[in-house]
Amino acid sequence: MGITAILFWTLSTLAVFSALMMVVSKNPVYSVLWLILVFFAISGHYLLMNAQFLAIVNIIVYAGAIMVLFLYVLMLMDLKKDTEQKRNRGILFAGVLAGGCLLLVLVAALLKTDEASVLVQTQVGNIGLIEELGKILFKEYLIPFEVSSILFLSAMVGAVVIGKK
Amino acid sequence: MILEAIDSWIFLEKTILILTIVSITFFIAMYSTWAERKVAAVMQDRRGPNRAGPFGLFQPLADGLKLFMKEEIIPTVSSKYLFVMAPALAIITALMTSAVIPWGNTIHLFGRDISLQITDINIGILYIFGVVSLGVYGIMIGGWASNNKFSLLSAIRGASQMISYELAMGLSLIALLMMTGSLRLSVIVTQQSEGLFNWNILYQPLGFLLFFICALAECNRTPFDLPEAENELNFGYHQEYSSMKLGFYLFAEYINMFISGVVMATLFFGGYDIPFVNESLWGNEWWVALLGFGILLTKALFFVFVFMWIRWTIPRFRYDQLMNLGWKGLIPLALINMILTAAGMLFFGK
Repeated sequence: MGITAILFWTLSTLAVFSALMMVVSKNPVYSVLWLILVFFAISGHYLLMNAQFLAIVNIIVYAGAIMVLFLYVLMLMDLKKDTEQKRNRGILFAGVLAGGCLLLVLVAALLKTDEASVLVQTQVGNIGLIEELGKILFKEYLIPFEVSSILFLSAMVGAVVIGKK
Repeated sequence: MILEAIDSWIFLEKTILILTIVSITFFIAMYSTWAERKVAAVMQDRRGPNRAGPFGLFQPLADGLKLFMKEEIIPTVSSKYLFVMAPALAIITALMTSAVIPWGNTIHLFGRDISLQITDINIGILYIFGVVSLGVYGIMIGGWASNNKFSLLSAIRGASQMISYELAMGLSLIALLMMTGSLRLSVIVTQQSEGLFNWNILYQPLGFLLFFICALAECNRTPFDLPEAENELNFGYHQEYSSMKLGFYLFAEYINMFISGVVMATLFFGGYDIPFVNESLWGNEWWVALLGFGILLTKALFFVFVFMWIRWTIPRFRYDQLMNLGWKGLIPLALINMILTAAGMLFFGK
């Protein structure tokens, strides 16, 4: 087992474990912190695939900005009073059923895939490096890139309009 | 990440380098606490610490001993794991930035070329931003885990302040990046080393000013030290902390100051470049690299001094003034700076 395999399995275990802990944590603040750990593990996976830019942007945007805002809102809520919502058996059953259906579909879909043809290649390729990515974004995919930035701008304007009301 | 190319000696080399850099950082942070009190004393016409040793030079050691020996109190109502983890996070994120900084030129020793940079990744500046954006967690988690209203308010203040000023900080650097064309810090320093005096501050004075103001805000220094506004919040986010955990928070602030001084020196003031001489003519000697390292430290410590100077000169902002300055002052200015730089580069055909 090479060092890449060891890193892969460590990161994967960390990601799955943190994701599970995020779901089962009773306190939402702990959930957010576990989710941050998931983002770190995923960034590690990006690094293994030689996508340094993606890895660091994942940390800056998700772990560094979006999760801070999540934490910000959660900390302002008084969690003591209503951390435990009243458990309704019917809702619990419906949740398990819906989640189980999703799992079934995902497993069925993954079983049908041809896994050999889509093996991830580690440590090769330079598409994830910032120079290559920038060239492709600003040459081949310039129009979609700009259109998506307008989408973000409109979302921002919408947020300001709602905030001003 | 080509792991085959790494030979075994590099582990030893990097370990020594990391330990050296971390110890130097700790040493400088330690004596920054002494310097801060001396600067304050001079500006307020007092003597400052002068009992422990000559000129009070042993004062930081006495302080450290005191912090280590004090009783450690963990509030029963706090979230214990997070309460203990938060100061560690604060100091780890403060130290992590030093990994991408080129501390000096390459040294040729024992038949090997030893780079005085821990890692030369091609996303150096983005890495710094990543670590800076994580720096807020130490404050936020600590403030929340203390389960104290003042700590929580202070943590929320710190988080919103840091997020607001990160934006302006990033925008102020885009103009610089357009000129250098690389995110690699070693390349940025090498470009500035060419010629006698070719520092980025000559081309990006406004960018530097914006970056400096944002650095003050990111380090929670006066006039932006609202998370520690003692007249409103008692002691701030570390109110419930005692012993060395409090020491870690205070220490992290001084490490942040030093590291941001180093980053400013690297990006705008030529890094380890010695001004007005062309040191590449002196050859690849080890003492040239060490001299460059000393020059970088001098530049960084000058910025640390300016930080202290500002602290004892300017009063604190009000919270709405802080937000107005960040969102309505610095961000538009950074955007204008970006457009001006782009226009200049087109006009001069650089």
